[in-house]
Amino acid sequence: MRITVNGVQRSIEVRFGEMLSDLLRERLGLTGTKIGCNEAECGSCTVLVSGEPVLACTYPAGKAVGKEVITIEGLANVESLDQSRKTARQVELHPLQRAFITHGAVQCGFCIPGQIVTAFALLQSNPDPTEDEIKYALKDTLCRCAGYPSIIRAIQSAAKAMQSDAEEISEPEIPGITHDFRVVGTQLIRPDAVEKVTGKALFTDDLKFPEMLHARVKRAGVPHAIVKSVNVEGARSLPGVVAVLTAEDILGEVNHGLVVYDWPTLVGIGERVRYVGDAIALVAAETREIATQAIELIEVDYEAQPVISHPVQSRQPDVPQLHPSGNLLKHIKVRKGDLEIGFQEADLILEHTFHTAITEHAFIEPECSIARPLPDGRMEIYVGSQIPYSDRHQVARTLNWPEERIRIVGQLMGGGFGGKEDIAGQTHAALLALATGKTVKLLFDRHESLLVHPKRHATQIQVKMGAKLDGRLTAVETELYGDTGAYASLGEKVLTRATTHSSGPYEVPHARADCYAMYTNNPPAGAFRGFGVTQSAFAIESMMDMLAEKLGMDPVELRRLNALRVGSETNTGQVLTESVGLLECMQKVEDEMNHLSGGQPFTPKRVEGAPHRVRAWGFAAGYKNTGLGGGAPDKAAAEVELFADGMLEVRTSSAELGQGLVTVLQMIVAEEFNQTPTKVRVVVMDTDLTPDGGPTTASRQTYVTGNAARLAANTLRQAAVTTLAEKFDQPPDKIRFVEGLVQVNGQVVPLGEVVGAMQAEGREPRVLYEYWAPETKPLGQGGDMHFAFSFAAQAAEVEVDTRTGEVSVLRVIAASDAGQVINPLGFQGQVEGGVVMGLGNALTENFIVEQGQVFTDRLARYRMPSIVQTPEIISILASHPTKDGPYGAKGIGELVSIPTTPAITNAIYHAVGVRIDRLPVDQEVIIQHLKGKVKQ
Amino acid sequence: MILWKDYHLAHSIEDALETLWNAPGPARLIAGGTDLLLDLQQGRHPPVHTLVDVSAVPEMTSIELRREKLFIGAAVPLNRVVLSPLVQEHAEALVEAAGLIGGPQVRNTATLGGNVAHALPAGDGTIALLALGAQAEIAGGSGIYRSPLEDLYLGPGRSRLATQEELLVGFYLPIRSKNEGSAFQRIMRPQGVAIAILNLAAWIRRRGDVILDVRLAIGPAGPIPRRSNEAEHVLRGKKMSPEVREKAVGSLLAEASFRTSPHRATAEYRKYMAGVLLENVLETAWQRSAS
Repeated sequence: MRITVNGVQRSIEVRFGEMLSDLLRERLGLTGTKIGCNEAECGSCTVLVSGEPVLACTYPAGKAVGKEVITIEGLANVESLDQSRKTARQVELHPLQRAFITHGAVQCGFCIPGQIVTAFALLQSNPDPTEDEIKYALKDTLCRCAGYPSIIRAIQSAAKAMQSDAEEISEPEIPGITHDFRVVGTQLIRPDAVEKVTGKALFTDDLKFPEMLHARVKRAGVPHAIVKSVNVEGARSLPGVVAVLTAEDILGEVNHGLVVYDWPTLVGIGERVRYVGDAIALVAAETREIATQAIELIEVDYEAQPVISHPVQSRQPDVPQLHPSGNLLKHIKVRKGDLEIGFQEADLILEHTFHTAITEHAFIEPECSIARPLPDGRMEIYVGSQIPYSDRHQVARTLNWPEERIRIVGQLMGGGFGGKEDIAGQTHAALLALATGKTVKLLFDRHESLLVHPKRHATQIQVKMGAKLDGRLTAVETELYGDTGAYASLGEKVLTRATTHSSGPYEVPHARADCYAMYTNNPPAGAFRGFGVTQSAFAIESMMDMLAEKLGMDPVELRRLNALRVGSETNTGQVLTESVGLLECMQKVEDEMNHLSGGQPFTPKRVEGAPHRVRAWGFAAGYKNTGLGGGAPDKAAAEVELFADGMLEVRTSSAELGQGLVTVLQMIVAEEFNQTPTKVRVVVMDTDLTPDGGPTTASRQTYVTGNAARLAANTLRQAAVTTLAEKFDQPPDKIRFVEGLVQVNGQVVPLGEVVGAMQAEGREPRVLYEYWAPETKPLGQGGDMHFAFSFAAQAAEVEVDTRTGEVSVLRVIAASDAGQVINPLGFQGQVEGGVVMGLGNALTENFIVEQGQVFTDRLARYRMPSIVQTPEIISILASHPTKDGPYGAKGIGELVSIPTTPAITNAIYHAVGVRIDRLPVDQEVIIQHLKGKVKQ
Repeated sequence: MILWKDYHLAHSIEDALETLWNAPGPARLIAGGTDLLLDLQQGRHPPVHTLVDVSAVPEMTSIELRREKLFIGAAVPLNRVVLSPLVQEHAEALVEAAGLIGGPQVRNTATLGGNVAHALPAGDGTIALLALGAQAEIAGGSGIYRSPLEDLYLGPGRSRLATQEELLVGFYLPIRSKNEGSAFQRIMRPQGVAIAILNLAAWIRRRGDVILDVRLAIGPAGPIPRRSNEAEHVLRGKKMSPEVREKAVGSLLAEASFRTSPHRATAEYRKYMAGVLLENVLETAWQRSAS
């Protein structure tokens, strides 16, 4: 068949059942076309056929015969086709590609080819699209980093540029960021941005190795059972199958886990299946299709067990115990003051129970691991992972190998959000590679990704709150049930955070919280942006509004009165001594909200010409710890090296999942050496090449690894100064680093030559620095449970259709105190993406499990917010730098999405008087309430 | 698993039918394939030997006026339906419906024929076509014939089309007179599958304040996409007024049967929404029929 791809006509043999995406990715090597869902939902595989955007994952290759196909690789201007190598040399980026880079629309980058190709088609037919037209065209091209606002700005900027002769892309304006630094706080594009907009960036599934085998996993499919027998004979005898493994083939430890080793790598005969995603057998075959077929030939007999589907049920007596330790993973307790006194002092006591749903990370890139045995007896694992050293440890345990024999080679990640901290396919791929001696790729399809990896904990949160008539809180009591699913994952940590934050960012004299982290037969729950605080913030921030109403107080005033400030003691007994920007966040949001609403933001307003549509604002606050806290040793190592060519390199295993850590590290090292950031290379996520930066979780990387990089760079600079001071016999304070050079009292030394000078006197031009964050105390011991907190306040304006119950969010004001902002484009991405994720948590996202069976087992059944639902987001800074953070920085990643959900639900209450106490918001519930009211 | 072996790009109706009839194994017609391909990929449809692609058949990809009728080829991608000046002039309800099916990329391949042939009780395109009084043109062994759209359906996902022998060529719609107008609306929820909880289309012919004629279609309000004859009857020949609209809502609710679909909508909500949607589309179609 003849097909034209990116201007090159090709003659290709027809293959049975081939989709265009397979043809492009597998046979033509055009891996810029990404597969996010393979079910025509996410838009990542968008290509142009005859000029129109279509989804390559469900477009038969045979249909493209005689047509012209354009992929992301074809958008850059192509000049001088090199006939000898048949490759096009890319000389210039398309204005859209430049605009996406400049505006920070590129984060994890996985969806970006689809976004740009879709936008390209739009601009072909509509050179000057309005925001609404952009939203219409990009409606189904999903971005889970939710860089939608920057995507809109980038497209508009590119459109403008394409209409002018100069084709210049305007610089984005990120208001409010101040700094006293050369590099820190300035706008810098990501080091990987060009690769990501051209489709050249390789994610794990884009990698190919000679003779690579393809693996699939036999999943249990039943939520709770004992395995009676496993018959793999049919699979083994299928031609093309190379290996079939079951539990008895595991040489090392059977169980893995991040904190508790309770999760079997494979469930063996006589053992317990605890959720539908449990692995029973592994297959490696010559092709993915054969492996898939083989999986279906494996026969497993189960003895069904009663299903535990809810954490409250799980705690009842006489229910089956899922683990040897029982069903209670942890009873988490917070105690402050004397609750009885607190409620006695109260003039008013309120009590209410809230429910939050399981939600799904839905990173657009599904999990993929490639295990590659090396001739020297070691093994490499290519994987996008948030904790490479944990992967190494767990794979080594499974193989019964010393850790040094394993090398985790971290790959670009198409989003993580906490969902790529646990083991997914790493151990399975390694077992198969070991058994076959071949490289093995294990790619999850979307269905498997939805079933298997840990989710956000569903919770039931009961709050009892006491207050004086003047609004001062006297006591808060909370009881939480958290559904940690079949395995612990980070459940204890997540629910500890939910519990400690369950009385909100307020000073409460008497507080008590009890949380029951329960095992169930649902998919495991673990880390997910917000780490438990998202759930408890919904409960407490709803309660604050309910209390304000009862007291006849302004909701912002009530919060201000009780807000944490310098000198406050948290409910875990930590006295805050600095860097508490909460009051300023509240004030700034209130001012902006009053400005935008013309005063009276909480009074419902009917839309002119459509009186059934009612608008109002809602307010919420939140806070989030930076770092692990709770007594966990929180450290990160980074290594900085100077090279003879004058380049600097910073190395750490910390993970880049789109959030922009690589930019942060680049900027920090550049700052310390007073160089332009392009002089700094960043190497991350490789356990052979980079020292351990610790887990990428808890909004800790900018602070902890940032400090490690800063101190490594600083130490290296001092060593260089010492060398030069001795060599030139000058006092150290006469030595200055400038662009590419060192000035020594009037003389100039190229930076690269410092390397030789250092080596000449036996100094290495590199420094490995292990940074230990300030010590913290375990929960229950009082003192500093965390070394820093970030603070936020937000207001959301919603519109409720009182005839249908439909809710839309029009505007969100988000004020954040994350200390000094280091990387403004990354910060903007976190703020806007966090708000949109919070909106999803409020309105669209619901991972449904019924009796242990996953209903939302396809992306079509699980909705994340699209560009259409994205509100106008007004980001405001209220930076209160923290003294030990690098340049005063604290975490931002999780903070932003925490207040969004309650701000929205509080706004719904102000608009129509319906109190949402169960997420996500159900438009039917709103209608039921409104109809009930009509009757009254 | 090989989902198909032969992908045949048909160049004419005859070619398509003959390939379909003579395939050495199971064969299926395909246009945009946005439903069928997912069914094949996800194992809801067994693999086939031959897929007969009709999306390039000239007779099935035109939009044109033919003898006082608007013809829309069954294989016209939905985005072309939306952008067509002819459809915009003669079938506003269809423009609204087609613009809501799937997403922008899907609409570049998905077709009106596929929407109708899929026979879902709440296919947006189908509901609009029903209200517009569309006839389907079908080609088979005994030649080409036309059938009113509402006669095509047997049950959820099942139509009278003999899928192994016949193909849907296109649709004939009455062209619009000045005193006629149509409208389509649907209600969705932001969670879960992007299928309408309820959709409703209306077509009105008026003279002054009087509703001379009306067609209403609603889904899902029973096993098949359906007209609401009782509500039409209530409205026909009456002066348009809030009272008559309310009466029409009453009849619609009496004759339609709404069911509860888990995780999507309760019957009660659907019932309530049917009234809201009917009010809305009647209002819009009425306005449009004034021009």
